[in-house]
Amino acid sequence: MCLGIPGRIIELHHDGDLAMGTVDFGGVRRDVCLAYVQEEVGIGDYVIVHVGFAISKVDEAEAKRTFEALEEMSQLEELEFLKDAIPPGVIGQEARS
Amino acid sequence: MKYLSEYRDAHIARALAKEIRATATRTWTMMEVCGGQTHTIVKQGLDELTEGAVEMIHGPGCPVCVTPLEQIDRALDLAARPGVVLTSFGDMLRVPGSECDLFQIRARGGNVRIVYSPLDALELAQKNPDKEIVFFAVGFETTAPANAMAVWRARELGVKNFSVLVSHVTVPPAMLALLSAPDNRVQAFLAAGHVCTVMGFTEYEPIAATYHVPIIVTGFEPVDLLEGMLMAVKQLEAGDARVENQYVRAVRRDGNVPARSLVERVFELADRQWRGIGEIPLSGLALREEFLEYDAVTKFGLEGIRATEPAECRAGDVLRGQLKPVQCPAFGTVCTPEHPLGAPMVSSEGACAAYYNYGRFRAGAMAPATAGEARP
Amino acid sequence: MSGVTRDLSAEVGARLAQGLNCAVPFNQSDRVLLGHGSGGKLSAALVRDRFLPHFDSAALAQLGDAAVVDVGAGAIAISTDSFVVNPLEFPGGNIGTLAVNGTVNDVAMMGARPLWLTVGFILEEGLPLEVLDRVTAAMAAAARTAGVAIVAGDTKVVERGKADGMFINTTGVGAVDPTFRPSPERARPGDAILITGDIGVHGITIMAAREGLAFDADLASDSAALTPLVDALRASVGAAIRALRDPTRGGVASTLNEIAAASKVGMVLDETTLPMPREVAAACEMLGLDPLYVANEGICVAIVPGELADAALASLRAHPLGKNARRIGRVVSEHPGMVVMRTGIGGTRVVDMLPGDQLPRIC
Repeated sequence: MCLGIPGRIIELHHDGDLAMGTVDFGGVRRDVCLAYVQEEVGIGDYVIVHVGFAISKVDEAEAKRTFEALEEMSQLEELEFLKDAIPPGVIGQEARS
Repeated sequence: MKYLSEYRDAHIARALAKEIRATATRTWTMMEVCGGQTHTIVKQGLDELTEGAVEMIHGPGCPVCVTPLEQIDRALDLAARPGVVLTSFGDMLRVPGSECDLFQIRARGGNVRIVYSPLDALELAQKNPDKEIVFFAVGFETTAPANAMAVWRARELGVKNFSVLVSHVTVPPAMLALLSAPDNRVQAFLAAGHVCTVMGFTEYEPIAATYHVPIIVTGFEPVDLLEGMLMAVKQLEAGDARVENQYVRAVRRDGNVPARSLVERVFELADRQWRGIGEIPLSGLALREEFLEYDAVTKFGLEGIRATEPAECRAGDVLRGQLKPVQCPAFGTVCTPEHPLGAPMVSSEGACAAYYNYGRFRAGAMAPATAGEARP
Repeated sequence: MSGVTRDLSAEVGARLAQGLNCAVPFNQSDRVLLGHGSGGKLSAALVRDRFLPHFDSAALAQLGDAAVVDVGAGAIAISTDSFVVNPLEFPGGNIGTLAVNGTVNDVAMMGARPLWLTVGFILEEGLPLEVLDRVTAAMAAAARTAGVAIVAGDTKVVERGKADGMFINTTGVGAVDPTFRPSPERARPGDAILITGDIGVHGITIMAAREGLAFDADLASDSAALTPLVDALRASVGAAIRALRDPTRGGVASTLNEIAAASKVGMVLDETTLPMPREVAAACEMLGLDPLYVANEGICVAIVPGELADAALASLRAHPLGKNARRIGRVVSEHPGMVVMRTGIGGTRVVDMLPGDQLPRIC
């Protein structure tokens, strides 16, 4: 269960003793409870937010590493595709291996 | 949106789909557990892209769909009471109970409000001391920390006019129930990424080992799901059966420790009915005794409300992955989003609704992809 | 003490001589009262002091039982709509803005030139008069921009609790242009589906302004009279125009489904071409909403013959309201009545009508 989206912490505050923050989701901002990530996060960090709670800090290093691997793979796929010397005009069809 | 939009990249998605088709030497059958993942798969046509290499069976990962009928009836009973405001996530409003749904109760004068967060419901209780605020706490483990915090805070702040109607379910017992069924066809699982963000994935390791199924902790965007499918296919081709983490940007092996800690403090495991499946032991959460003053069933005496499921709805078979929505005789005819027979057609996460809203086009145009059950 | 009389001042004596009236001062309320709808002095004062100064049309000022206007020769287009939005005021406008622009647009979508509006208010007892003032001012401004005159009106007041602040009905009348007759059943395979601007803006603005979902976004309702864009299409496409419709409740998806059903054609959309501000995309992600179903108040869908699409887009983009105009799909003969969309990664999905309102979700 499911709908959790990443956002960037832009401000920190407390509601009594409950750690809260303002999180920016690409232009939309909301108050989010940071109680479950307060030891690890500060302003500028990204968190995954579900029903108004940050449930995890985004591991930006891991994200970068794995995404770069995916990009590389996708570029290799394109190169292989070209190497198969498919005649012009047929671009867009993929041969099933 | 950063850490979201990149995972919808068309080039990467197509390259992954190509790699999946290139790696698979046969069709592998796997199940995605979570409704949000079903939503993406059907909406983006991912099963179309991996056809022949992967057959996706949609699992019961829709806590709305599996909320037992009688819990819905209890919510309807509360909402109809004067002086009670029933607060809920939007998903629940159109789910049919035995006689009607929350929308219809609202039309008859019941007070029903959509909230985004359980803390919003608690705030409503603080601002309206003359009303009883009940929050319909539906969800998997992902939502439990939020609901636990709402109850914890209610007690800390001494808020007496707040209670929760609990309908929490947990994933591993459901997976075990599916795997031990004699007609199980699932060969690998894409585990629910946000459930694992909270819980970690250590509890899947014995399941993978015992049943020899790869379990890939997977995110929700097209690139996440395709990468998860690829990791599963690679393991299946090699005869492996390990737990792997695709959703590394959000999930760690131990999950979120403070969140699990508070959940354990406030809730305990309990036997739970899954709508359409039946009772799965120790698959649900219930408030611990010291918090029962916040339990709506106890507070309002709702134990007596019981319900029986309607006969024609095949939700159970769909939720267990035994039937594709398009194979159900009622699909698109007697059962549509306007007149749903069961929850999977109403809930936007339900497999039936996902098929109806997004996938009919392909289902109608294509010949059945799998041999076996033909439409009557 | 008795028997002592004090000297009355001359002023007091004069007042007594005029005769005694009720000493209780007249209630200068700052709120709407039931009396404002009763047709008596309070009603008349409301019309005279609060409506006429804003809705200054000769016909209205006559305060007859009905307005008499000259329609000239030819057919007229008439549309009516009621506005019940909550909250009454929001970034980018208020219920009055919608009430004028919404009905102006309904008339304009027929290719007709909007000319006159009537306004019916149902006010809730207790509504602050300054809210009413802001609504009427907004309606007057919108009417001036749209080039329409408000020629007839009515006001009723209902008891507290019966009207959510206020409800407004407007009826619009326009002159039909016999050479420009868009209609929902004219779409044909090969036509281009155009949108005149960003989608989802109004609906998300309203959601952000409501309590319960509590998020902040730098968005303002896109409510606007679309007449200049209709004029642009009249010039660039002319009689070949197929269909025009403004996607209000139910969003672009519902509007396209209606046209597809009426014309008995299929439609194919391209997800990568849908224009929307990042805030709309982000809010939809957060709430689990599909922007195709979110309400709009300042854009329209235009179906034009394929070969005229470029000219149509150029004419739309020449106007500030149409600067983000885009081609978003095409009309096909396959799957009549069904709208499908090619997704960003190359799959296809159905874009169906929803049974009711779209709801935020957590799953």
